[in-house]
Amino acid sequence: MSPILLPRRKFLGLGAIGLGAAALAVSGRLADVPSFEELIGDAQYLTYGAQRLLGRNALAREFSAKDISPDFKVNGTHRPDTPEYEALLAENFAGWRLAVDGLVVNRLSLSLADLRALPQRAQITRHDCVEGWSAIGQWQGAPLAEILKRAVPLPAARFVVFHCADFYERADDGTGQYYESIDLVDAFHPQTILAHSLNGAPLSVGHGAPARLRVERQLGYKQAKYVMRIELVERLDGFGRGKGGFWPDRGYEWYAGI
Amino acid sequence: MTDVLPLQAAAQTRKKIFVARHALVTRVTHWVNAICIFGLLMSGLNIFMAHPALYWGQSGSDRDPAAFEIGATSSDADTPHGFIRFGDKRFETTGVLGAVRDADGDWHERAFPYWATLPGPRDLGLARRWHFFFAWLFVCNLAAYYLFGLTSGHLRRDLLPNGAQLRPKALLRDIVHHFKLQFPQGEAARHYNPLQKIAYLGLIGIVLPLVALTGMTMSPGMDAIFPWLVDLFGGRQSARTLHFIAANLIVLFIVVHLLMVVLAGPINEIRSMITGKLKILPEETP
Repeated sequence: MSPILLPRRKFLGLGAIGLGAAALAVSGRLADVPSFEELIGDAQYLTYGAQRLLGRNALAREFSAKDISPDFKVNGTHRPDTPEYEALLAENFAGWRLAVDGLVVNRLSLSLADLRALPQRAQITRHDCVEGWSAIGQWQGAPLAEILKRAVPLPAARFVVFHCADFYERADDGTGQYYESIDLVDAFHPQTILAHSLNGAPLSVGHGAPARLRVERQLGYKQAKYVMRIELVERLDGFGRGKGGFWPDRGYEWYAGI
Repeated sequence: MTDVLPLQAAAQTRKKIFVARHALVTRVTHWVNAICIFGLLMSGLNIFMAHPALYWGQSGSDRDPAAFEIGATSSDADTPHGFIRFGDKRFETTGVLGAVRDADGDWHERAFPYWATLPGPRDLGLARRWHFFFAWLFVCNLAAYYLFGLTSGHLRRDLLPNGAQLRPKALLRDIVHHFKLQFPQGEAARHYNPLQKIAYLGLIGIVLPLVALTGMTMSPGMDAIFPWLVDLFGGRQSARTLHFIAANLIVLFIVVHLLMVVLAGPINEIRSMITGKLKILPEETP
């Protein structure tokens, strides 16, 4: 069972586990305890629970135009290396269609023009990379809530999964496609948008053209670029290696609000 | 009243006795804190390696001017040169920072040597998990200590220096005692001296809250919940810089603290932080 499905139980049990772990750390037997890393990783549910408890609907700070970083660093994939993406890029994404499906009443297929025709939101926010650096930019796009309202999620839906066009690390078995996921609190948060522009210009390829996710209370790796499909799901263990995202599958927290 | 007894004379005539020195809560929180700080410092260095540069203000990345940076230049084929840079000043640090040699002798362009980081030489994801786990434990432990310290009167009674202790003359005398390595063995050992009080209160009251709050300010989620954190420290990147400075102050404290323990009598001092009892020379023979 995915640990992500059990945040509350983990949240409660963690305090007791804490002292035990401290004792283990002292005894220097870390390497002998197979579950130590898992245990340590469970602190993310404490963080997730605490942040949801303290400020479920809190807004990320919005800055003014003078704060915008002169050079917004491109990180992760710089250019997806698939023929499908190259074909879309060649015709300036005229053929791009964003699929919205999974646990929804209405499946959607949105063109870039459709995305731009939805109610828009522009916000100047700070992007925090897990590495430690920050950059400020103005993002514009459609609130994810507007898209989800049109799709109408079914009651069973608990997470929103973003399937991307890029393979950040393609393995021999064909896996390694970038994906990310968020809960419905973040999905319906007013600052969560599917952005098509950065600093007033259409997204460059490096920044995720034609559309990327902005989920402003989490770190950079949650801001999925090259979004091709939005899927509403009940559980995350069927995707990738089961942890809810490309980097979460590789040891990073699924909840990246810290 | 004698603060410092001549060791040899006293030892022959009087028997040492054990006196209650540290409360149980103080001892437990001390050791939990020690474990947390150890884990936090070493996993923190591991995290810092992912982007070993510090900025001031709201944002900062590769092309923005860094106030501090650890880096390497690999103009030579074999051995890279490590350096640290403060503003315009560069210092060669090959072998220690920037360019380091692993246990197998291979050179790597990496901010810190393998022995300085947990849980391994370089693993951002895992180091973050360690860091946040120990951060939670550290904050809960610190809160428990504050609660105890305030309700029991420990902070006011044992750590707050009184007016007499803060007079320049008293401070000067205490500094001289420290430099002469004269540590109280008698009744005065039941209490902290002025320099100890200042060091402990400075750590407990300023540096530890600073490191916790600047750490929280790096969290985009916490910044949304408590926007005043960002204002307090002048931006997320300023907070990151202050977090690094506070961590260095903790290292400085630990070095001096351990040195003092060794000089004052390591067995007696460490035992007192475990059992609570400190062996002292009574002032007068019973």
